Amino acid sequence: MAARARFAFTVLAFGYAFLYLPIALVIVYSFNDSRLVTVWAGFSTKWWSALFANEAMLSAAWLSLRIAFVSATAAALIGLAAGYALARAPRFPGRTLFGSLVIAPMVMPEIVMGIAMLLLFVGSDSLLGGPQRGFLTIVIAHTTFAIAFVAVVVQARLADFDRSLEEAAMDLGATPWTAFLTVTLPMIAPAVASGWLLAFTLSLDDLVLTQFVAGAQSQTLPMQVYSSVRLGVDPQINALATLIVIVAVLALTTSGWLTRRRI
Amino acid sequence: MTAAAIVTLTGLAKRFGSVTAVERVDLEIRRGELFALLGGSGCGKTTLLRMIAGFETPDQGRILIDGQDMTGVPPHRRPVNMMFQSYALFPHMDVAANVGYGLRRDGLPAPEIARRVGEALKQVRLGDLGERRPAQLSGGQRQRVALARALVKRPKLLLLDEPLAALDRKLREATRFELVRLQEELGLTFVMVTHDQEEAMSMASRLAVMDKGRIEQVGPPHEVYERPASRFVADFIGIANILPLDGGRAWLALRPEKIALFAARPDTDHAEQGRIVDIAYEGDRSLYRVGLLDGSLLQVSTANTARIAAAFRRGDDVWLGWAADAGHRLDK
Ligand SMILES: Nc1ncnc2c1ncn2[C@@H]1O[C@H](COP(=O)(O)OP(=O)(O)OP(=O)(O)O)[C@@H](O)[C@H]1O
Ligand SMILES: [Mg+2]
Repeated sequence: MAARARFAFTVLAFGYAFLYLPIALVIVYSFNDSRLVTVWAGFSTKWWSALFANEAMLSAAWLSLRIAFVSATAAALIGLAAGYALARAPRFPGRTLFGSLVIAPMVMPEIVMGIAMLLLFVGSDSLLGGPQRGFLTIVIAHTTFAIAFVAVVVQARLADFDRSLEEAAMDLGATPWTAFLTVTLPMIAPAVASGWLLAFTLSLDDLVLTQFVAGAQSQTLPMQVYSSVRLGVDPQINALATLIVIVAVLALTTSGWLTRRRI
Repeated sequence: MTAAAIVTLTGLAKRFGSVTAVERVDLEIRRGELFALLGGSGCGKTTLLRMIAGFETPDQGRILIDGQDMTGVPPHRRPVNMMFQSYALFPHMDVAANVGYGLRRDGLPAPEIARRVGEALKQVRLGDLGERRPAQLSGGQRQRVALARALVKRPKLLLLDEPLAALDRKLREATRFELVRLQEELGLTFVMVTHDQEEAMSMASRLAVMDKGRIEQVGPPHEVYERPASRFVADFIGIANILPLDGGRAWLALRPEKIALFAARPDTDHAEQGRIVDIAYEGDRSLYRVGLLDGSLLQVSTANTARIAAAFRRGDDVWLGWAADAGHRLDK
């Protein structure tokens, strides 16, 4: 028994080390005094100061946050509508197909999405003269991609939602829209918020899709990081990575907590 | 349509795919009565109620409420409220907000809402629980919140889907009287669905017995019990011995309590000889199954008015006697 427990524990430790040691090293070395990523030369916060003085990095981060906020909000609204329709629409032929089509972007290679989006924007540019590639096109691409995640979360929540609650609201004089706003929405709000956070995180660190649809002017944070790493790694990147890890962990734990919470 | 009718259903029918849930129902419900819809599981009671409330669209037929055709009128514009089988309390609102929900939809001023919510909670004896969430209530308390929420709008018609089914036996019996008291005090019309015949018999002023989407019989409880319209009704309401008449073209429904047991041949209008096959002692009464000479079984019940042991035992040879008017002739 003890041997087995020890063995299981060892396997577990290896697994977690494999997953999290690189991240832990990134965090630790953001406080390294040396420029060399591989040599520990004492504790220092100078790379953090350098990061907060790095204009290019900061403006890329600001752009990414704005894109993530707008696209997550758009995806939450559209995904809510899609999830609601999928959970509530009466059965019709081809409904399964519709359901799969909504969630397809979750499993579609990003390269394919990227090419498709690029073709769309090139086409609309020559036909309609816009939109200019940049903020708007990135937001549209990220929204398209994230709708699926919100729709899936909302649909799952509505699947075990007691429909007689909505009927009771209408029976008491609520129009279908009021019933949705006063009964359904407050009860599925945690699922929508959790979908929003998921969309926000996905947008914040997306590189592949963004590369296709960003114009020459728009450098998102992942793009900026990627290009600066190609010129040689600097522990500033470690500091930045640490920040991103913190944001992602916060978003994902909040999202998980919201999803589990039942009201 | 009689002047007293508050609901008139004509030729109402509803199918779900290949299942006929409700089939050509004609029914009138009178103002101020407590009407029970009684029937086995899946016979279409809930579907009928949901059509009156507006949650299902009839395939055929018409619904008049207070003389107005309800075709195409959505649930929120019908002068009807419903108490759901699952209660359907809003879990994210406290009890007072649940009860006041319908009044807020009508746009009443806040003090008026507070007053009427307090009044409704008092009516169902929940005066001090307004701030609790539904999850913090017992089953019986939830049932009363659901009732208060449906009553507070003073609907012309209150529909109740199995209002007592989720309560335990003792509470159910106490709540029966409570419901009847409220219905009489407020002068409302109740239409109650139930599959419990005892509940329907003891509460309703009139009841309808349903089978496979059709209404088999409508009438006051004593009439349905003493003069059932068909073998189904006779068998569904209480216990009935069904004896063939006229070579199988008609039947006689004979209630167990209308038959008496004798040790020797009695001088009643009818007398049959048999042997007791078994006895079910139920405290207040005993139910005997007696095998007749022709092999058929009859059920006989006697009230246990004395505390002495029963006069008859299993295996005893006995005589059964009943009066000429004890049974009721059935043609279907
Ligand atoms: N939405 C629906 N879709 C398909 N079939 C349905 C639907 N609602 C009811 N039915 C069917 O219609 C028939 C009548 O159902 P209904 O719920 O009215 O019965 P009930 O008398 O209320 O039964 P119970 O006592 O079990 O509640 C059943 O065969 C049921 O399976
Ligand atoms: Mg039912």
